[in-house]
Amino acid sequence: MKKLALASLDKFFETVAASRTLYLPVDTEKGYSEYKKWADGTKLSKALNTLRSAKDFFFPQTENLMDFKLSGKAIEVIDTRSETEDFVVFGVRACDAASFGVLDRVFLQDPVDTYYKNRREHGIIVTMACTKPAETCFCHTFGIDAAAPAGDVSVWETADGYCFEANTEKGEALMNSASSLFEDTDTAAVEEQQAKTREILKKLPLANLTTDGFGRGLTKELFNRPEWQKLSESCLGCGTCTFVCPTCQCYDIRDFDTGNGIKRFRCWDSCMYSDFTKMSAGQPRPTQLERFRQRFMHKLVYFPDNNDGMFSCVGCGRCLARCPISMNIVKVMKTMGGKN
Amino acid sequence: MEKEALIPYVGLITDIRQDTPDVKTFRVVSPNGGKLFEHKPGQCAMLSMPGISEAMISITSSPTNKEFMEFSVKKCGCLSSALHALEPGQMITVRGPYGRNFPVDDEFFGKDFLFVAGGIGLAPLRSVINYIRDKRENYGTIDIVYGSRSMQDLVDYKEIIDEWMKTPGFNVHLTIDNPQPEWDGHVGFVPNYVKELTPDLKKTVVMCGPPIMIKFTLGGLMDLGFSKEQIYTTMELRMKCGIGKCGRCNIGNKYVCKDGPVFRFDQLDELPNEY
Repeated sequence: MKKLALASLDKFFETVAASRTLYLPVDTEKGYSEYKKWADGTKLSKALNTLRSAKDFFFPQTENLMDFKLSGKAIEVIDTRSETEDFVVFGVRACDAASFGVLDRVFLQDPVDTYYKNRREHGIIVTMACTKPAETCFCHTFGIDAAAPAGDVSVWETADGYCFEANTEKGEALMNSASSLFEDTDTAAVEEQQAKTREILKKLPLANLTTDGFGRGLTKELFNRPEWQKLSESCLGCGTCTFVCPTCQCYDIRDFDTGNGIKRFRCWDSCMYSDFTKMSAGQPRPTQLERFRQRFMHKLVYFPDNNDGMFSCVGCGRCLARCPISMNIVKVMKTMGGKN
Repeated sequence: MEKEALIPYVGLITDIRQDTPDVKTFRVVSPNGGKLFEHKPGQCAMLSMPGISEAMISITSSPTNKEFMEFSVKKCGCLSSALHALEPGQMITVRGPYGRNFPVDDEFFGKDFLFVAGGIGLAPLRSVINYIRDKRENYGTIDIVYGSRSMQDLVDYKEIIDEWMKTPGFNVHLTIDNPQPEWDGHVGFVPNYVKELTPDLKKTVVMCGPPIMIKFTLGGLMDLGFSKEQIYTTMELRMKCGIGKCGRCNIGNKYVCKDGPVFRFDQLDELPNEY
């Protein structure tokens, strides 16, 4: 384990940013934290987490998939892909770091999504352990330890500095590129900080939330439960939950005629929207009940069914904080799950 | 860069057949000649007219056809309307093949069949039927019950009359919803016709058509003593990717694009009723 002096953090950013694009959570004038590209003078946010998740780095909200040139009756397909440059995302929390594992299950499964894979291969994730988990946090429900985040490098903020531990070769290489800033240290300070965080985690309002009653093979038990009606009744279908969710990955593909060729885009989409499944032949999910149920059944049953029991939720709590009518996955789990 | 599933091939339309007032069949080849890719009966492809949209369409031609692929498209939405406005010589984009095929070389081998289709529902079954015709020695007797609104709405009418009806071991039963002066065949809905024909309970059934036809035909077959394990169908839901990632064509934990579109009814019974 290596230690970086408190005062050396900006120097570390400068060193990293000299050879790679560096992104980190920054406080904005809008009153929340969001990932920004590092520039001289950029300060790391003290906020617990960013408003939007870190999924944008690998699965951007909008991306150009390919172009087409049409001339007469002919079509030319233009592959617009290019190799991504190396980049570093600093300050990712344990929940968001775990979300990449969920996204990998979708995008890296055969046939591989090369757009995602390219960014994933070139991205280096530096996580930061939480020190002040919030009342909306429930990552522990999904077996995630906020005090021991994954990623290529894990960082802990302690009383007199930052402790760094590389977890992968990519992480090792990143730390080597700034080796002069580090000194060796033992794990005592980290363990002390972890113990403090875990004490807070134990006292959180959602500390006892479990996944009991959800998981593989439970479609028949849960799908027709009457509770869906009441739970979905007030859902506005706004899609905010989907957009802030680190694991929501449904997408739309649409073409845009620029007047000088066609651009095909991929954009985030949401199963909460009425036109998500609408066809000229019909609509299998005609009301918000079916759409609402789909979102939670997918995260808590269908995804585990298809991914060795892995849930498609990491307990980041963004949907709890952002839903305009205060409906969320925790209410679904408490209403329909086991004893919570 | 490595191959990306979402980037399509360019296909050249060499022929467009007006099958019915609202169904056209498009013959597609690679601009260099020959087929764009091989497929199995029941598989689909994503067709697109860049600038309009992309949609999943069943490959109606049999894989035994080595020269071209065909797609029968009913005019009903944005893309299908755009395709209907095209002329031969036009290029479109095609990617695939997608989905699980009918088990023609496994469970289907050596079986007697009852095909039941309604309207454009014949399109995905045509690849299976012609596959069986081309490998006649591998399969038993074939009954085909096909119905449409009117005589003019029967897709592939010429092929049915000129080829299927003349194939040894093939019995084709056509029906239309309402009487027409020039029609001397059966009149009535498909589910009742299937019941009237009292098909042999040994037959494997393959069905495709409007949901209401499927529902009543299935009920009729159950009444006759068929089991769900011997009845197959092929599904259609909205799709964007075709490879199980865009997230919209699932029925429970199954994605129609990759786990389907072919399902047996006992398999569908395991899924929520949301299709």
